Amino acid sequence: MSKVVKNLTGLRDWVDARFPLMQLWNEHVGQYYAPKNFNFWYYFGVLSLVVLVIQIVTGIWLVMNYKPDAEFAFASVEYIMRDVDWGWLIRYMHSTGASFFFIVIYLHMFRGIMYGSYRKPRELIWVLGMCLYLALMAEAFFGYLLPWGQMSYWGAQVIISLFGAIPVVGETLSLWIRGDYVVSDITLNRFFAFHVIALPFAIAGLVLLHILALHHVGSNNPDGIDIKANKDPAGKPLDGIPFHPYYTIKDAPAIVGLLILMSIVIFFAPEMGGYFLEHNNFVPADPLKTPEHIAPVWYFTPFYSILRANTINFFMVPAKLWGVIFMGLGTMAFFLLPWLDRGKVRSIRYRGWIYKTALSIFVVSFLILGYLGLLPPTPGRTAVAQVCTILYFLFFLLMPFYTKWDKTKPVPERVT
Amino acid sequence: MTVDSTDIERRQFLTGTAAVLGGLGAGVAAIPFVSTFQPSERAKAIGAPVEANIDQIEPGQRVTYKWRGKPVWIIRRTEEQLAALEQMRDILADPDSTSSVQPEFAENSWRSLNQEYLVLVGICTHLGCSPSFRPLAGDVVMGADSVGGFYCPCHGSKFDLSGRVYAGVPAPTNMDVPPYKFLNESRILIGELAEGEGA
Repeated sequence: MSKVVKNLTGLRDWVDARFPLMQLWNEHVGQYYAPKNFNFWYYFGVLSLVVLVIQIVTGIWLVMNYKPDAEFAFASVEYIMRDVDWGWLIRYMHSTGASFFFIVIYLHMFRGIMYGSYRKPRELIWVLGMCLYLALMAEAFFGYLLPWGQMSYWGAQVIISLFGAIPVVGETLSLWIRGDYVVSDITLNRFFAFHVIALPFAIAGLVLLHILALHHVGSNNPDGIDIKANKDPAGKPLDGIPFHPYYTIKDAPAIVGLLILMSIVIFFAPEMGGYFLEHNNFVPADPLKTPEHIAPVWYFTPFYSILRANTINFFMVPAKLWGVIFMGLGTMAFFLLPWLDRGKVRSIRYRGWIYKTALSIFVVSFLILGYLGLLPPTPGRTAVAQVCTILYFLFFLLMPFYTKWDKTKPVPERVT
Repeated sequence: MTVDSTDIERRQFLTGTAAVLGGLGAGVAAIPFVSTFQPSERAKAIGAPVEANIDQIEPGQRVTYKWRGKPVWIIRRTEEQLAALEQMRDILADPDSTSSVQPEFAENSWRSLNQEYLVLVGICTHLGCSPSFRPLAGDVVMGADSVGGFYCPCHGSKFDLSGRVYAGVPAPTNMDVPPYKFLNESRILIGELAEGEGA
């Protein structure tokens, strides 16, 4: 053994005597047994972690040159883009990272739905994950105001006004959120505080809880069966393999793949044709003029469509309030999945045609809503959005019934 | 019972009262943190009335002033446009402006002091975007049979040339009319009502 290795081992042992280093490593990496049949869909958890790190690092560097002041914010972003050495790269990494964060999170969530990863005993992992999703949406929303462009300004105006629809306290609440009668420098300053301090802390903490809960009950897999049911004499799951080195090695090429895709966007299409960075946001905020066409960034458009689809007053409640209620329910409904699903099997592989049809309709409605949210409203599009909104909610409302009635296939003993 | 034995009931009582009092303390300590979110004294002070000239406005034209950080429009309506206001009733949600924010003088179809000059807060009552001015009859987005009005690009709400909301659009009420008064024939003061005028 070389002297260097010996010294390093000595250092490790010194630390281990004072801190549970090896115990942590073994519990979460070295001896964490994950099912051996993970497929493509299982990359997105680790990829979201990679994007989180990218966002935090580039974010710290952006704050070094950004000014959270309505007078200077827009100019300071342009300063980063034009005058700071490599500033454009850091900024594009951050803006592209935001969209990629949602891409990997949506795929990660879809994986969870497809393979029933939210089912008992993983309800809490799912709930924590949904909290993370909400925190991520808040983080994206707060961050979007910071460049102080037209879309920043009017997007914030619309979302804050949503709270105004709440009866009695609504107007006071929007005033409280803005800290002013219109979105202003005061609003920008507090959003900056949330974006760079409060939510990053919350997200980091939730990620820790999400992973701790996962490692406590163990990972689900594409077959949706419990690998802990079949163990070898040593107590290791027969269908499990240690996370390290098997999955660290497997994840490495996926991380490289993600970085390649992000680089392509960053270097060749940083605005993604207006989908990642909207054209109107290159115009400084003007409180007197709303752009002719405003739409949120793509990752919010499904919910924006649901909001916009509510044009009818019913049950004495104005359409405006229904819009806010349905948009809220549309995001919150995912929280209830563990208790809505009454199916006998977890994974889509052993579900019947009813569930598969329901999930397909849901995914298609979600995508159509997302697409419509990017376009200006017309009567025809509003009608389509209304149909899709109904289908979207039926997926959740009818889930206790169709999952129960569905004819499931027999589940194998061991993973396939 | 020995002197050392634990009095569970007493312990629970003490834990309970400590938790309640501690919770109250934390709640009270939260007040200053919550209060910093209110509009500051400086933000409240920037609400002074704004003077506007109206003698340069051509019939059919709109000018925009900034009052309390919001756009306030002054639109000089043509006679045809004023005449058309009465015919709009059927497609409007609240033609008599019974549930909108406005001074008393605006509870009618023209919603202004001087019929010709409409003064409006240029903010959609849905979610606060600023609608676009579509003064021409038969405008594409307003509909072929419209006589012009305002169209909100955010969620498609429509208003007539008195700022009255169409039925079946997301906006719940007519657009706000700010308090204002005529200083003389060619100047108005936005943000203040004339004496004797009800809000």
